[in-house]
Amino acid sequence: MAGAVNLLVQSHPINSALSLIAVMAALAAEYLLLGAEFVAAVQVIVYAGAIMVLFLITIMLLNAGAEERTKGSRVAILLGIPGVLIGGVLVAWTLLNRSNTQAVPIGALKGDPKDIARLLFHDFLLPFEVTSVLILIAIMGAVVLASRPRAVASGPRKDG
Amino acid sequence: MVPLSYYLLLSGILFVCGVLGFLIKRNIITIFMSIELMLNGVNLSFVAFAAHWHALSGQVFVFFVMVVAAAEAAVGLAIIIAVYRTRETLNVDQVNLLKL
Amino acid sequence: MTPNPYLWLVPILPLAGAAINGFFGRRSSKKAISTVALVFCGAAFAMALFLAAGFSSASAPYYLDLAHWIRSGNFQVDFSFYLDQLSLVMLLVVTGVGFLIHIYSVGYMWDDDGYYRFMSYLNLFMFFMLTLVLAKNYLVMFIGWEGVGLASYLLIGFWFTKDSAAAAGKKAFIVNRIGDFGFLIALFLMIKHFGSLDFTRVFAAVQPLSPETAGAGLLTAIGLLLMVGAAGKSAQIPLYVWLPDAMEGPTPVSALIHAATMVTAGVYMVARSSAIFERAPMAMMVVAIIGTLTALFAATIGIAQTDIKKVLAYSTVSQLGYMFMACGVGAFSAGIFHLMTHAFFKGLLFLAAGSVIHGVGGEQDMRKMGGLRVYMPWTFATMGIATLAIAGIPPLAGFWSKDEILWKAFNASWVYWLIGVITAFITSFYMFRLMYMTFGGEYRGGAAQDAHGHDAHGHDDHSHGHGHGEPHESPWVMLGPLVVLAVLSVFGGWVAGYNNHFEQFLAPVFQGASDVAQEASPEAGKSTLEYLLMVVSVGVAGLGWLLAYLLYSRRPELPARIAASLGGLYQAVSNKYYIDELYAVLFVKPLVDGSTTILWHGVDQGIIDATVNDSADAARHVSDRARHMQSGNLRSYAGWIAAGAAVVIAYMVWMGVR
Repeated sequence: MAGAVNLLVQSHPINSALSLIAVMAALAAEYLLLGAEFVAAVQVIVYAGAIMVLFLITIMLLNAGAEERTKGSRVAILLGIPGVLIGGVLVAWTLLNRSNTQAVPIGALKGDPKDIARLLFHDFLLPFEVTSVLILIAIMGAVVLASRPRAVASGPRKDG
Repeated sequence: MVPLSYYLLLSGILFVCGVLGFLIKRNIITIFMSIELMLNGVNLSFVAFAAHWHALSGQVFVFFVMVVAAAEAAVGLAIIIAVYRTRETLNVDQVNLLKL
Repeated sequence: MTPNPYLWLVPILPLAGAAINGFFGRRSSKKAISTVALVFCGAAFAMALFLAAGFSSASAPYYLDLAHWIRSGNFQVDFSFYLDQLSLVMLLVVTGVGFLIHIYSVGYMWDDDGYYRFMSYLNLFMFFMLTLVLAKNYLVMFIGWEGVGLASYLLIGFWFTKDSAAAAGKKAFIVNRIGDFGFLIALFLMIKHFGSLDFTRVFAAVQPLSPETAGAGLLTAIGLLLMVGAAGKSAQIPLYVWLPDAMEGPTPVSALIHAATMVTAGVYMVARSSAIFERAPMAMMVVAIIGTLTALFAATIGIAQTDIKKVLAYSTVSQLGYMFMACGVGAFSAGIFHLMTHAFFKGLLFLAAGSVIHGVGGEQDMRKMGGLRVYMPWTFATMGIATLAIAGIPPLAGFWSKDEILWKAFNASWVYWLIGVITAFITSFYMFRLMYMTFGGEYRGGAAQDAHGHDAHGHDDHSHGHGHGEPHESPWVMLGPLVVLAVLSVFGGWVAGYNNHFEQFLAPVFQGASDVAQEASPEAGKSTLEYLLMVVSVGVAGLGWLLAYLLYSRRPELPARIAASLGGLYQAVSNKYYIDELYAVLFVKPLVDGSTTILWHGVDQGIIDATVNDSADAARHVSDRARHMQSGNLRSYAGWIAAGAAVVIAYMVWMGVR
């Protein structure tokens, strides 16, 4: 939570990124407490390891500096912040007052990698394959989008 | 013993922080990080529920969410780079050609 | 009631003529147009004669049901025609005089550019008037009623490029409309209480009601409302103001519509509704009072007029007042009799006046005429005969009818009689004044080029060959009808002269009336009192002649001195008692102003236009504001999304809480 708040507060994106990494780590710990070991591992490897590194690379590539104060969108501030706060408060209130759930013991559910693997390759096979396709597309898209634009050597194509 | 609602509460707070960051921040990269924060919050609630109801599919779903988040982060950053090339700025307020 | 299959031909023939001339007249030769118009009108006249020949009181009334019109529950109205003694009389008058005037118009309007239009309108008028007269129910009569109003508008404003003519046409139509409003309400009352508009059914329903019963309230209302309609159509107080202005139209129009036929429609309608009026004594009295007052009132205005047609116009209003007076005292047949004779001599007067105007090159101001008996002997002779007739000099037609009315009026109340006699004196006076000013003395007119002054005569007037400035007689095509009408004016009264033939002929029509009104109806012979009254009225007419002779023939400088000494009174009379101005201030101006401010600016511009414009503006403003949502700014989008999400969450929570 502290990390999250810190993300908001920091002005330089690098600092925000680092605080996000802290958040991820904390979440991984939470997952472990909840007995989801595989998820915790994946969290650290994929999220903190890969995605945040990607962020850091981009920040360094683009030489992102500290944010300067420019005029923001009035609408966002007037509407959005109250909106989100109200939404959050409502959800919190609901959760706190209405849910009658018992406590969750630590490590109640063992998130065995074996069990997860079984689910993943049996029940959720199709989504699994689809996500792999998704990743493939994402890779292609990223490559295309980020490549340097070629000089327009060939003339305008004739429209068919 | 930690009641479930606490986990959910935390998840909600994370989510709210993510949205706030989305709204407040001007740097596009920071905005993206806020999106990742939102996703993480959601992941937490998934895992919490999975533990509560003893259903492993909750954790499987978290796995998928992470995959999607990764893909989206990749593509998004690529877009940012492309936009940066043309607009020379990372200030989201200045990328406003798509307007009436 | 016996059916007569030929009744429909009478109105249709002129309609056909109107249609042919209307559609094809523009490209036809004047000869062709005249032929068509005269043939069809003449055919209608011939048809009327044929019907008259075959008419038998025993099998009257005749009827003809043409087609269904309204069938709604118990209420039905059909296109039906009806011929009884009353409508036969009207029929002959309308077709006969109409035909003569058609012939006259050929000569009078020959040089006009809109010749084909004129003939077409004339035929159209005949169609409507005949529909009115031959109708079997009030609704078909109303068709004719409205139609003649329309034809009158078209013909008054015939020279529509002239502002005064167009305005006069409008005035006629609008004032008529006010009367029609009363007529319509009367029709509605009839529908509501009698369930029908058919003459036979309505009169049958009215029959059992006697004036003392409660039904009299209803009948009085109907009678009064019908009188409102008649006042509008037949130019009685207070709706007479259109008739003098209607002199803007060509003289044949004045003769046909505003002397012989259309204005008599009101009298016909009242006479036709005699059954209703007889049972509503209050309404009858109102009719008589209006008629009497109008007669006197219009006659006084006529004294001071200088335009020859205006004198005749006010004379018409006055004579119509006589007819209404007759109907108001229950002497319906006397009123119709006067209608007939009036058609003869007033039609003749107008046609002769047209001849005079034609002869002096368009001048209508009598002060610029004079001495015309030398130049236009035939016109002089015929017009003289007509003047004798209208003044009521025996044995011409006007004497018989006017005297009949005065006698019947005397039986009702000596007040009516007295006013009638005074009016007769005034009538005689101004008519002979007209004669002396126009035909007597020396010719006062200038060269004909200047004699175009008067605006009531159109741009394409009868100035052919008037460059020499000498008045001349009219061609025979115009003089012929004058002669015929003069003959009728002399002998036309004898049809009822002895033994009250006319009244007995019409008696079956007014049977329902005479049941109730057992006035002192004239016996076969004549009483001493009646002879005495006759002498009085003739003497009065002679007095009027004498006075006119003195003032306008022997000592022509006197009238000016008298007028000067009377000062304001003379001014008032000469300006028609400023009634037009009064109406303008009382009714027209508030109406027009109210219409402009309230209806035009307020409603039309303020509400209707504003609604349309403002809704467009509002749409524009709303979209203007909404446009800012699409700012291209990422964060504002996010803000909107968050707000929306909050709303959804709130809703869900609220639903959950309930």
